[in-house]
Amino acid sequence: MAASPLVRREARRFHLFALPWTIGFVFFTGGPIIVSLVLSFTRYELLSAPEWVGLDNYVQLLRDPDFWVATRNTIYFGAASATAGVVYSLAAALLLNIKLRGQAIFRTIIYMPSVISGIATALLWIHVLHPDYGLVNYLIGLLGVQGPGWLTDASWAIPGLVIMTTWTTGNAMIIFLAGLQGVPVSLYEAAHIDGAGWWSRFRNVTVPMMSPVIFFNLVVGFIGSLQAYQLILFMTDGGPANSTLVLGLYVYRYAFKYFEMGYASTIAWALFFLVIVFTVIQFGLARRWVHYEVK
Amino acid sequence: MAIKVLPAQARPVEKRPAAPAQAERIRRVQRLTAYALLVLASAASLLPLLWMLTTALKPAGAVLEFPPRFIPDVFTWSNFPDAWMSLPFNTFLVNSVVVTTLSIVGNLISCILPAYAFARLRSRMRGMAFTLMLGTMMIPAQVVIVPRFLLFSKLDLVDTFWPLFLPNFFGTALYIFLLRQFFTTIPQELVEAARIDGAGELRILWRIMIPLSKPAIATVTLLSFVGAWGEYIDPLIYLRSTENYTIPLGISLFRGQYSDDYNLMMAVSILALVPVIVVFLAAQKYFIRGIMLTGIAGR
Repeated sequence: MAASPLVRREARRFHLFALPWTIGFVFFTGGPIIVSLVLSFTRYELLSAPEWVGLDNYVQLLRDPDFWVATRNTIYFGAASATAGVVYSLAAALLLNIKLRGQAIFRTIIYMPSVISGIATALLWIHVLHPDYGLVNYLIGLLGVQGPGWLTDASWAIPGLVIMTTWTTGNAMIIFLAGLQGVPVSLYEAAHIDGAGWWSRFRNVTVPMMSPVIFFNLVVGFIGSLQAYQLILFMTDGGPANSTLVLGLYVYRYAFKYFEMGYASTIAWALFFLVIVFTVIQFGLARRWVHYEVK
Repeated sequence: MAIKVLPAQARPVEKRPAAPAQAERIRRVQRLTAYALLVLASAASLLPLLWMLTTALKPAGAVLEFPPRFIPDVFTWSNFPDAWMSLPFNTFLVNSVVVTTLSIVGNLISCILPAYAFARLRSRMRGMAFTLMLGTMMIPAQVVIVPRFLLFSKLDLVDTFWPLFLPNFFGTALYIFLLRQFFTTIPQELVEAARIDGAGELRILWRIMIPLSKPAIATVTLLSFVGAWGEYIDPLIYLRSTENYTIPLGISLFRGQYSDDYNLMMAVSILALVPVIVVFLAAQKYFIRGIMLTGIAGR
């Protein structure tokens, strides 16, 4: 079957326009993925050539107690941060969806933290979460409760980080907001005529109609926070007592502190595996609660 | 912080022929509750930033007093120049501006073209390439971090800016996806009409797609700006000499040296955030709409 000249010309143009991505894929994504997989079967300490060691790195990984600590922390941080983010941003989106005067200003203010999140705000949160002089414990103190040692106490370090990440979940919030505007008003009116109160309308209209969006934000948030380590590296560097050592950070440590590129790659693949497992689990659970409209 | 959940649409619901006065009262209570909760959420967003500002204005020593005072007795404005000048932040600023500008330019060029291809140009490879691109978004950055480092050190580009901006010239999957979603919402008739008039693809892109896609392009620009400006890991891996440091590395250096001077640390933080806040406030109208439209509309 000979394609017409027009079709071929369009295909040529497609390849030309897609070229930046194609080159990027070969050199910065696809190629590196293959290299990384190969490296995970080698011992490579930069000074000499990589040495093939078969499954040794993977065996070592399974016996590495810090790897299991990091895995546990990663799951804990990922689940807590994704859940808190979804709950907070859904609540915020519901509020921001009500027609009120000044709503645009509220949207800007509540969204702002997500734009500015970065090293400068990490520095801010080190201060805000300071056990003695920080804002959070000061506010808790006003309620008569002695706040814990956020970031300094092994059992409160991850919760402290979760408070910070929840502060920056604006993107999920905006996606919820877009989703809420797609829920037909007629459903609320019907529920209201049936005498449903706001909680019942929320449970029986908003949640089912929004479940695909909730699912999307949950999965994306989970995938993102399983890999997060930039701020953790800066704020706690895995401490205290490895309580915030996550897999992303563990990869960084082996690669750029110990310069064991092979083992670092092995840890990275373990992280990838973890991301896949949790994504598959979430898709499996989704069948029980995510409601897609039948078109 | 626990925020009470309100009904999604508290707006036009009062259709029942209830007593008008009672309905009006219920609506007022609902509106006031909503306002109260919105103020609470706004406070949660703003308080840490205000706290940062007041801390930055406190004299040394006043930071560690308890209970903390929100408004300092003396406004120590000199904290800002003192903090900024105590390390070569002017150099760091120039470096950050160079890296960030190149990253944004790179992303715009290298994401708009493929996005157009994925949205509007047909090819047998398109479906597969698109799936592949979405697939790469699932791959943790940690998987490619080591090979990329090896690539750049083989090219002898460690301790230069190249590793920090070059990948941005070759497409970022998320941005291509966002732009592509937006492009597909632009009526095909416009493109066909231009083609019949003899316009080439680049001309269509420049004259039709780009002007109609301002929210999406503003979104990608802002995300790319924020990402490059705040990037910490890549500079940490690739930059060695202090004169090449970007602002985030400067901040970590600063933290190492002044880790007890919270007033100075907050002053530096604020100075680092000023450009981001300014750009966000200038672009937020486009930006929020851009995310709403591109994030989900083309699902």
